[in-house]
Amino acid sequence: MMAFVTLLARNRLAAFGGILLLTLVLLALVTPLLPLLEPNATNPANRLQPPLSEGHWLGTDQLGRDILSRLLWGLRVSLAVGIAASLVAAFVGSLIGLVAGYFGGRTDNTLMRGIDMLMAFPYILLALAIVAVLGPGLLNALYAIAIVNIPFFARNIRGATVSIAHREFVDAARLSGKGDLRILVTEILPNVLPVIVITLSTTVGWMILETAGLSFLGLGAQPPQADLGSMLGEGRRMIINAPHVATLPGLAIFLLVMSINLLGDGVRDALDPRLKSGALSRPAPMTRIRRRRHTAVDDDLNAPGQDPALLEVDDLHTDFEVGRDTYRAVNGVSFTLKPNECLGLVGESGSGKSVTALSLLGLVASPPGLISGGQVHFQGRDLLDMGIRELRKVRGNRVAYVFQDPLSTLHPLIRVGDQLVEALRTHQPLSRQAAHQRAVELLGQVRIPNPTRRAAQYPHELSGGMRQRVGIAMALANDPQLIIADEPTTALDVTVQAQILDLLKRLREEQGTAVLFITHDFGVVSQICDRVAVMYAGRIVEMGPTQDLLANPRHPYTRRLIDCVPRLGEPDNEPAAIPGLPPAANALPPGCAFADRCDLVEPRCREGDIALIASDANRQVRCIKPLADHTVIGAAHV
Amino acid sequence: MSDALLEITDLTRTFGGGRSLLGAARPGVQAVQGVNLQVLRGETLGIVGESGCGKSTLARMLVGLDTPSSGLIRFGGEDLQAMRRLDRHALSRRIQYVFQDPLSSLNPRMRIRDILAAPLKHLRGLSGRALDTRIAELLEVVNLRPEFVTRYPHEFSGGQAQRIGIARALAAEPEVLVLDEPVSALDVSVQAQVLKLLRRLKAEFDLTYLFISHDLSVVETISQRIAVMYFGRVVEEAPTRQLFSEPAHPYTRLLLGSAPVPGGPPIIAESTAAELPDPLDPPPGCAFAPRCHKAREACREAPPVLESLSTHAHRAACLYPERGPWQASASTTATPGAP
Repeated sequence: MMAFVTLLARNRLAAFGGILLLTLVLLALVTPLLPLLEPNATNPANRLQPPLSEGHWLGTDQLGRDILSRLLWGLRVSLAVGIAASLVAAFVGSLIGLVAGYFGGRTDNTLMRGIDMLMAFPYILLALAIVAVLGPGLLNALYAIAIVNIPFFARNIRGATVSIAHREFVDAARLSGKGDLRILVTEILPNVLPVIVITLSTTVGWMILETAGLSFLGLGAQPPQADLGSMLGEGRRMIINAPHVATLPGLAIFLLVMSINLLGDGVRDALDPRLKSGALSRPAPMTRIRRRRHTAVDDDLNAPGQDPALLEVDDLHTDFEVGRDTYRAVNGVSFTLKPNECLGLVGESGSGKSVTALSLLGLVASPPGLISGGQVHFQGRDLLDMGIRELRKVRGNRVAYVFQDPLSTLHPLIRVGDQLVEALRTHQPLSRQAAHQRAVELLGQVRIPNPTRRAAQYPHELSGGMRQRVGIAMALANDPQLIIADEPTTALDVTVQAQILDLLKRLREEQGTAVLFITHDFGVVSQICDRVAVMYAGRIVEMGPTQDLLANPRHPYTRRLIDCVPRLGEPDNEPAAIPGLPPAANALPPGCAFADRCDLVEPRCREGDIALIASDANRQVRCIKPLADHTVIGAAHV
Repeated sequence: MSDALLEITDLTRTFGGGRSLLGAARPGVQAVQGVNLQVLRGETLGIVGESGCGKSTLARMLVGLDTPSSGLIRFGGEDLQAMRRLDRHALSRRIQYVFQDPLSSLNPRMRIRDILAAPLKHLRGLSGRALDTRIAELLEVVNLRPEFVTRYPHEFSGGQAQRIGIARALAAEPEVLVLDEPVSALDVSVQAQVLKLLRRLKAEFDLTYLFISHDLSVVETISQRIAVMYFGRVVEEAPTRQLFSEPAHPYTRLLLGSAPVPGGPPIIAESTAAELPDPLDPPPGCAFAPRCHKAREACREAPPVLESLSTHAHRAACLYPERGPWQASASTTATPGAP
């Protein structure tokens, strides 16, 4: 709630609307207490006085009534009718929407077809017809406006309800013994409430305007009662010789509706989860870079004088700045990747492996992402020093990504062939035809049967495994030197995963591409990676050749993580859990981040940064007392 | 076999179908086709299969979230549908469900107290102090701190949220827990914690588990018996050790051979794309035949039935079941002739 208020207050227009509306509502509330003239008292002798005349600040109308008094009393009526109509429409409409959306099927059909019929009539015509049947009058105008606005609520709320009625927690509530009514009221309504409030806040203004419209036509408030609409209607006739009589109520309507709409938009922006997630703040084309000097510990990497590295990441730091907190997602990561090598980046969720991968080409969304330190040398040049134009030439060209979920990375409305053509023509001067031919070749290369036909299909027509093949084909389009694959097989079934791994392995042999393979699965790592880097709390804690590292992990975290994985064919080998949770990324402890969960912890583990030290040839570990071969730890917890 | 707590006979669930307005028959998708299974009291039956094999539909029918198109489920001898009709709470008191995604199965706008109180109030009729005591007990049982009751679901990690889901299922004091991929959304270290908890709870409360997963190694560590599903049917059923040492159905062998083991042998990938048959137009015979290297004419004529192999407990729906131990065949096919 507090977050909502601060969010609203930060939106200046909404705050302005809110203050204006508050003033108007307060004025309307205290009207009976103010020393005003009787709004309906006529005084023909004093008619059509201009504003600022004696005794009448805003002048008088054609019957000599005080305009200020009538304006305030009219504001009261307009506000009351508008809000009451909105509440009635919101209540009835939401009820229909909830019931239709929750029960679905025939109930939904019947209710929504009724709503469709209401919507088939032009809106003001329907209101006029309703008033014509009920007879003119303020209350009847209220009913008319409410009925006309019911469909708006019903449709919005139904949509929101449908998306919630199939969520798992509704099934869970049903299994907890809750009946339909209880589920609607206690489970669904609280989740739909923001939508109702949003709809309400954006319609109240309209409803007031419509009430004024009906009164303007003489169908709402009846003389002598004052209402902003009817005042405008009556003043219209004197627009030439006494313009203030019509202008003042018009201005009042304008201010009232504008204030409500400004506030309503603010409420929507603050409540709508899609807007809250930052959809409105378009991320920059590359991650913000503000490199600071970090007090880095000296990490031993591969000894110099070996083959030149294709990719050299040095002390990379990526932070997320949310409010006043800084989440240190990547906290000094250094590694190298040689041509044609496959390095696995392994870690649990939140270990920073994906953020590391995205940081390399400045793909972390900014805000809130910020690269706060480090260098990424690719073929000798620092990618983080490049401008966006230069970086775009590298992205998808010399360095390509394969993502976890191809359904969300492929454009759903463009044929897969055309998406490949686009990827090709962005970086190569190819004719459309030549590019298409190359696209079909690429699909064949990733072993998609019947590539010509597949190229003409849309992503949803392909199975998950096929889509991931297309994703790989797209990465291969411009013969990259490096492919960064972020959990490319996690969303796939094992038999399909086996094929994709096989494909990646062969492509690497054929094309000589280097691969940075991000995964949480040690099984997958041992299938495809030459070397592994294990990440924990934003740092690499251990690195080395795959088989060697898996057989004899040196870092206690690696040891215990491997022990967590149930091994196929060893049912007696009960996986041992690691107690506790990783530290929060906005409150990393000094020293070893794993210290709190480690059996072998000593006081000096918590004193200051621990360097990545060479433990064997080609192996590094960030631990002050690396494990020896075949150490079994954590037995006390099994 | 007399001690079967759950008996599933010829269970089928068809989605869609029926007739259109003009009277033309619409094709239906058979999510579950003629499944026969028995779950014994006190055992853990693992159900393994890949996406689209019907394992979740089966689970939802067992707890009454879905109704079978045909076939029978007996719970302790009683017809489950009749039980549901008489008293919709009766079923939920005896069989409960743990969802895959721990966070989406908890209402984001309810406190943990209210989430746990629902089954206690509606299924067990608790209120007042008894309710509060029981909620505290439940949290203790799943190793969560008592002060968590006033928090909202988004304040919890995946593992903690899954513990709350388990506590909610236990609140009804059921005899059977249907666990639908309870650990697949969790990190491995947390997964191990939850599996350990599930093992302890089973012993503590004499539970019977139906453990559904796509992850063979997880199922292996927790189940006594395993049923493998493919395209809506059970294709193989055996005690865990037997299934892993001598898998009979070619699909089971394919699954085992595809699962990567840390430091294990290279996995074997099929040479042609692994596609499921079109569910709107299923093949007349064995659904696995198009992917099977042993498939012959007879396989494509009628779906093979589940038949006992060497022992009564080991059954496979295959006309030409594989024989012999698995590990040996893995190493021979993996080395030279890998596709």
